[in-house]
Amino acid sequence: MSLLSGPPTVVAAGVDVFSAALRDQGADVHDVDWRPPGFGDPADLATLALDRRRAAANRTAVERVMAAGSRLVDVRPARDVLGLRDRTLLHAGPPIGWDDASGPLRGALIGACLFEGWASTVTEAERVLAAGEIALDPCHHHSAVGPMAGVTSPSMWTWVLQDPVTGRQAFCNLNEGLGKVLRMGAYSEEVLTRLRWMRDVLGPVLQAAVRSMAEPLDVKAVLAQMLQMGDEGHNRNRAGSLMTLRELSPAVVEVDAPSSDIAAVLRFIGGNEHFFLNLGMPTAKLAMDAARGVPGSTMVTVMSRNGTEFGIQTAGTGDRWFTGPANTPVGLFLGDYGPDDANPDIGDSAIMETYGVGGFTMAAAPAIVRFVGGTVPDALATTERMYQLTLAENPAMQVPILGFRGSPTGIDVLAVARTGWLPQINTGMAGRVAGTGQVGAGLVQPPRECFEQALAALAQEARTA
Amino acid sequence: MTGTVRGVTATGVRHVSLRSGVYADSVRLMQVSRDVGARAGVTAVLVAMATPLNLELAAGMGLAPGDGASPEQLLVAIEAADDDALAAAVAAVDAALTARERAAGPAQAVPLRTIGAGLDALPTDGPALAVVSVPGQYAVAEAADAIAAGRSVLVFSDGVPVEHEVALKQAAHDAGVLVMGPDCGTAIVSGLALGFANAVRRGPVGLVAASGTGAQQVSCLLDVAGVGVSHVLGVGGRDLSEAVGGLATLDALALLDADPVTERVLLVSKPPAPAVAQSVRAAAAELSVPVHSAALSPEAPDLTAAVEALLVGMGRDVPVWPSRPGPAETPVPGAALKGLYSGGTLADEAMLLAAPVLGDVRSNTPLRPELDLGTDLSAPGHVVVDFGDDALTVGRAHPMIDPTLRLEAISNLAARREPAVLLLDVVLGYGADPDPAHSLVPTLSAARRAGTLPVVIALIGTEADPQGWSRQADALAAAGAAVFASNAQATRHALDLLGAAR
Repeated sequence: MSLLSGPPTVVAAGVDVFSAALRDQGADVHDVDWRPPGFGDPADLATLALDRRRAAANRTAVERVMAAGSRLVDVRPARDVLGLRDRTLLHAGPPIGWDDASGPLRGALIGACLFEGWASTVTEAERVLAAGEIALDPCHHHSAVGPMAGVTSPSMWTWVLQDPVTGRQAFCNLNEGLGKVLRMGAYSEEVLTRLRWMRDVLGPVLQAAVRSMAEPLDVKAVLAQMLQMGDEGHNRNRAGSLMTLRELSPAVVEVDAPSSDIAAVLRFIGGNEHFFLNLGMPTAKLAMDAARGVPGSTMVTVMSRNGTEFGIQTAGTGDRWFTGPANTPVGLFLGDYGPDDANPDIGDSAIMETYGVGGFTMAAAPAIVRFVGGTVPDALATTERMYQLTLAENPAMQVPILGFRGSPTGIDVLAVARTGWLPQINTGMAGRVAGTGQVGAGLVQPPRECFEQALAALAQEARTA
Repeated sequence: MTGTVRGVTATGVRHVSLRSGVYADSVRLMQVSRDVGARAGVTAVLVAMATPLNLELAAGMGLAPGDGASPEQLLVAIEAADDDALAAAVAAVDAALTARERAAGPAQAVPLRTIGAGLDALPTDGPALAVVSVPGQYAVAEAADAIAAGRSVLVFSDGVPVEHEVALKQAAHDAGVLVMGPDCGTAIVSGLALGFANAVRRGPVGLVAASGTGAQQVSCLLDVAGVGVSHVLGVGGRDLSEAVGGLATLDALALLDADPVTERVLLVSKPPAPAVAQSVRAAAAELSVPVHSAALSPEAPDLTAAVEALLVGMGRDVPVWPSRPGPAETPVPGAALKGLYSGGTLADEAMLLAAPVLGDVRSNTPLRPELDLGTDLSAPGHVVVDFGDDALTVGRAHPMIDPTLRLEAISNLAARREPAVLLLDVVLGYGADPDPAHSLVPTLSAARRAGTLPVVIALIGTEADPQGWSRQADALAAAGAAVFASNAQATRHALDLLGAAR
């Protein structure tokens, strides 16, 4: 449409006296509520705004994210699929050592050592961990993700998800349920007993069931359907978990195992409304990994927390982490736990928001917003705001209340800086003290530092490209 | 209600009850627990369905309800410092459980923060233009948004680095859109006046303007002659420099060439870089629309003459340009020209016309570097000051909006009693001071009372402007000023007065 074909509609940013003069002439004027950028060196912002690679690179990254599928093809022990050497534990978030690990991560590491038989007492586990005898490595360095502490040990079973287009795979351990669980930093006998049952019964039954299915479960389709059913895929997975139970049940029932084990497996899945989370996360991981390594793209490919630091990665800067101190979520607490009991943000589950669901599709799950005492309009506003941080709308992930608008997908570091708005994440809250378990759930945002560093690094890369 | 327990513990009083037939979901109950727990005097609260997990939590808090609880029951367990606090807390639980949540309204309006978001939300796919007047260092990102969205953009902001201007204009060219600016104060697109522009009639002449006040002068004179403009496309004052190479001028010429309404094009600018002027001339020669030049230079110092040449070329009569002759007066011998301008191009035109008559004219925007005034705006001798220059608008509005600095300069001039002829421009139109005569008249009257000070004013505007050309001219003439619609005529009148004094 040529500029000169008729009186133009005007979109204005800045001094409003000009808009007033335009309105006096009867013009159609839309003022944006412009603010100075929330952070970032103006020269860096300009460099990225003018980077001629950016538009095409971000388009490529978006296309890869949209194109990625996710099929449940296998269930296997972590040692077999993650290339875990003995005495190696994976954890959530950016790299971290024992000395800097928070309570829930320490608790989960202790529990994993006990579970693997690398220590027979808590004291001994603490000693071998503090001595560095157990190697620690982020899940994200192994095409894997883990909720909360994300601690994954060689004997734990993992979901194996595969993108049918590229053949790429991603992995995640099995969800233990609610309350006192390893991922929340609990390591009591009850926790270890459950992990052993998952190792000895749940994992083998699920493996046999999944391998017997004629058509692998299309996990991306389940995630899309959940959003139509009141879930947002991070803090609310009720519909997704039930659909997964429905899809797996016939195959589980046919597994050659004692009927008591079959019943226990079905009861376990049916009793855990977050069972799907560990399938949703590697689905998002597959999509975001597809966008890795696109020079010039300012899209965020990882948001993740280890309980001490929040870390992000971008498509344009490869495997480099940009980290800052993790914030503590704000929300509601179980029992008489309070804000002082909550650990700073932890878990790889922010991969859901990185993919454009979870906190980004709050509008699809109004129930979630009450975790912070908000309202349904808050939920709608949160999703609306996230559209201004993201590069695209994912037509596969639709939000019914917004007229089936696609979810806001592909966080743009430049947009985060310019709006000053940070991504909204829904999350569980682990107890600050090792061994406590879950204390609540709520909302949290990444620290600005991550995006400041990423912006500077992207600008630096653009200058040298 | 069943199984209510009241008791006193070491730390206070407690209430534990199980209620049947009451259900609220876990999130709602967590909210109630949190709200009640925040009350003064309340030391512990658990309001939850009596599931085994919650009973265990209650036991851990010393608030177990005893045997017989079932998961369908609601457990209310509170510990407080005293009976009053406890009773109030229980009442608060009851109130919270029966309160109706406020109905879900429409989503709160989420503000749009960027040009990109604003263009994305546009309900129309018709012609659209982005206008950017944010601080210069941030203007690039907003302008780049418009280009990425396939929209043209007017950048009013100044302080945009020239390399950013070049990058934006190259990207715009590739995207088939136009960047007007940066530092573009004047444009008219299909009759819509943007920034500082006048209410001129529509017609066949398209302007490409690297100069805002130049475009205002030209479009107003055309209006007086009964000739309208199709569009005024500002390109920013640096567009015809070596560094930018006329990128936007070339794109604007191409746009006007393709525009069915535009029959002739007039290119208005301060003196361009010679190489750029040449390449623009070459490009213009390729177009089907005739392109005329009103580019100021020592050889072509007169915008009014350029308009007259265009009118003659169009077969139109050249009118008598409106004026209000001032009182017959003779300046003090040895008087100096004091041009105090708000429009940079008008100041340039005045200096170009004055230099052959008066010799060197010093200025903060000098014709030659050695004539630079520096910061001494009250220097003696022939001086022309551009109050719209960036250095004088830092932290304040343009002198077309805020006359303070120029009024001070007039008062100072009168106080110094340096013999002088005062030459001013007053620019009318959208965006400008709604009544410039209102503030100017008292200052001029006071200055003229203090001594002999002939005042000549170039009044740039049209009758249709919000301020009305005649209304302003009459007010200024009544204060003793000679008023001209043409800046060239005003300047020549001032020079005549100075010549008469010699």
